[in-house]
Amino acid sequence: MQYLLTIILGTIGGLLARFYMLRRDYRQYPSYPQGWAIHLFIGFIGAFLGSIIVPSVLEQEFAAVSFLLLAASQFREVRNIERSSLEKIEATELVVRGSAYIEGIARVFEARNYLSIITSLFISIVSELLKFNLTLRLIGSTATGLLTAGLLNYLMRGPSISDIADIKLAEINFDGPILDIGGVKVSNVGLDSVREIYQKYGVAAEIHPKDPDAKATLSNIGQMQAIAHDVSSMVGVRMDVGEQEYTPLVRRDPVSGKLVIVIVPSEDDEQAFLEAISNVPVLEGAIRKPLRSVAGRMMD
Amino acid sequence: MKVRAAGQILAVVTMHREKVGGQAPIFYTESQEETAQIATYLARVFMAAIHDLGNGVYIIVKH
Repeated sequence: MQYLLTIILGTIGGLLARFYMLRRDYRQYPSYPQGWAIHLFIGFIGAFLGSIIVPSVLEQEFAAVSFLLLAASQFREVRNIERSSLEKIEATELVVRGSAYIEGIARVFEARNYLSIITSLFISIVSELLKFNLTLRLIGSTATGLLTAGLLNYLMRGPSISDIADIKLAEINFDGPILDIGGVKVSNVGLDSVREIYQKYGVAAEIHPKDPDAKATLSNIGQMQAIAHDVSSMVGVRMDVGEQEYTPLVRRDPVSGKLVIVIVPSEDDEQAFLEAISNVPVLEGAIRKPLRSVAGRMMD
Repeated sequence: MKVRAAGQILAVVTMHREKVGGQAPIFYTESQEETAQIATYLARVFMAAIHDLGNGVYIIVKH
């Protein structure tokens, strides 16, 4: 087994890369340790596949390589698994994620397995190239693994709301029963007692897009729902099942394109609230870039 | 697939008999407090939201 070390190095490297990417993600996928076991195992399969590509090519087993690539296509199934399981638990969320957010999460989980495959592939290439010296081989493989995983992770990191918009606190006003945040009419709150709770405990913010691209991105309904979900899952929401009055709301000002969000959090901490909004990821499916078009630039 | 009544007026609560009519169940009340009380109960039963139409008429709407 002359390739044993390469396969072991590649597999471990790919698995560690998957683990590293899993760690950064517990907020989106909170069901560890079971969820971790599932993803680490799929990551292990991916890492193993990646690491045996090089030995197969060296042995000129091209049939084996084709089969490996065929096996890699199975990872598309990961996206379906993620999507359906998140859709199933959607009904149990006080504030729903929305289908756009679920799709984004599912896509990320699929992509991460490919990253794990690529990492282990690179490690095994380096390991085979540095075969003449064991120390060099170990150091080279480790460095390649760290570099690849770090770089891919960096490249895959999408922007968050604070990158595309300015966020500031806003006042909660009532115009009769109409809840008004920064000039945007948000909803009709019927009861005096509920209005009092909003005045007392509610927090609100305005999200001002920085440019026309951001404006178009923030106008996506899925993005708005993702903000509502993430913020309420981070700062908590003071509501029970069926209390629709306290549902966190995100609304858009059609003139300026700014968003307003209002929520009655479990803890009244305005800084935490702003921090939560800043960290909401910009959904891949929501990103629009009108400035890349001639018409979009003419409007700017 | 679960069928739900969404975006529909489930009930109307008011003190003003002359302002309402039609198909939705209407609950007449004697005082402002009673109106708020009944509206709250109904909203909890239907897991719906209470909206104030501004003229003393409250509607219960499922969103």
